[in-house]
Amino acid sequence: MEKERTLWGEFSKGFITTNPLLVLMVGLCSALAISTRVENCIFMGLSVIFVLTCSNVIISLIRNFIPDQVRIPIFIVVIASFVTIVDLTLKTIPAVYERLGVWIPLIVVNCIILARAEGYASGAKVSHALMDGLGIGLGYTVVILTMAVFRELFGTGKIVLFDTTVIDLHIKSMPVILIMFPGAFITFALFSALLQWYQLRKKKKLEEGSP
Amino acid sequence: MNEAWRYFLLFFGASLVANILLIRFIALCPFFGVSTRLETSLGMSISVIFVMTMATSVSWIAWNWVLKPLGVGEFLYIPSFILIIASLVQFVEMVIKKTSPPLYRAMGIYLPLITTNCAVLAAATESVKPGFFTKLNITYNYGFPEALVYTIGIAVGFSLVLILFAAMRERLELAPVPKFFRGVPIAFITAALFSLAFMGFAGMFNL
Repeated sequence: MEKERTLWGEFSKGFITTNPLLVLMVGLCSALAISTRVENCIFMGLSVIFVLTCSNVIISLIRNFIPDQVRIPIFIVVIASFVTIVDLTLKTIPAVYERLGVWIPLIVVNCIILARAEGYASGAKVSHALMDGLGIGLGYTVVILTMAVFRELFGTGKIVLFDTTVIDLHIKSMPVILIMFPGAFITFALFSALLQWYQLRKKKKLEEGSP
Repeated sequence: MNEAWRYFLLFFGASLVANILLIRFIALCPFFGVSTRLETSLGMSISVIFVMTMATSVSWIAWNWVLKPLGVGEFLYIPSFILIIASLVQFVEMVIKKTSPPLYRAMGIYLPLITTNCAVLAAATESVKPGFFTKLNITYNYGFPEALVYTIGIAVGFSLVLILFAAMRERLELAPVPKFFRGVPIAFITAALFSLAFMGFAGMFNL
């Protein structure tokens, strides 16, 4: 039985069932490196949503004209043009540009975007591709934001957004390791262990429900 | 002597102090994908060293001889570098297919992944644009030998960690691990411990 593809379904699947980071395990590199500060994540998330949505739409529009052998280079060129737009735009905010650094050009090789172009947008209607791009992009942003809030709050004891302190726990000695390099791995490990625990529990419940 | 020392520092910094996988988190996707078996990670390492050195050399030449003189570097460097890398990977794939079919069978699915291996693009970009040198205390003049030493350093660091980690992961398969941490989470915890160990290198030479 073919399940009806609805626009809302295409949009919402990016959050849990095909979440790019936790389920598909693609695009990890930027997620771990960027999530030290909430502010970085906002800019990174917006850039990824923009590039993903635009490239999905363009690739879906031209999907019938692309010869099969050269599709990957064409996808990459489309993605690279949108990344260049983001690169030049973010350059107008020097502080952010300096902190994101090499991660902006690296959006080109962010596996999420190429994976969606190759695996989804090259065979889907334009409206579906648009919703898919938005959904997957938001799914990515939500996960990195959660990671960043966790790491910044418990690593430094406060969250600073655009030079104003939003939350302050007033605790002196926090586990600084969370905002350092190993902290990224530990945070992600905890998140994916949580997801695994949730799935195991759901499976157990299903088995008990239907003996 | 002084010059040689600087090159040594550059290599050391790129491979160990700012290790591309554990400290900078670049190229984690192939890292966790390939590192389940020692054999495949050896093959992956060799092809990454090869592709990365070629890619940086070609893109350094493209940047300094073509893009910069024409004044289009700022907005064309992303598409041109990625195209250089993509075509190089295609070339390596053809060579491996002809010369070593067993290696091709083992690596087949991972070779296209090198195109989207962030480390290759990162090395190519940073060898012509300021990147990690600003964080480490190394003078870098964007010359060709420096770019080459830097890239080989990155590639060696990548391979070293990939192979070490693959050996570790083969043992993890047999280890008694809590049920929720099986598979991916425990691999990440291991990576965290590796990363902690690699942070120690920063203390040497005051980098």
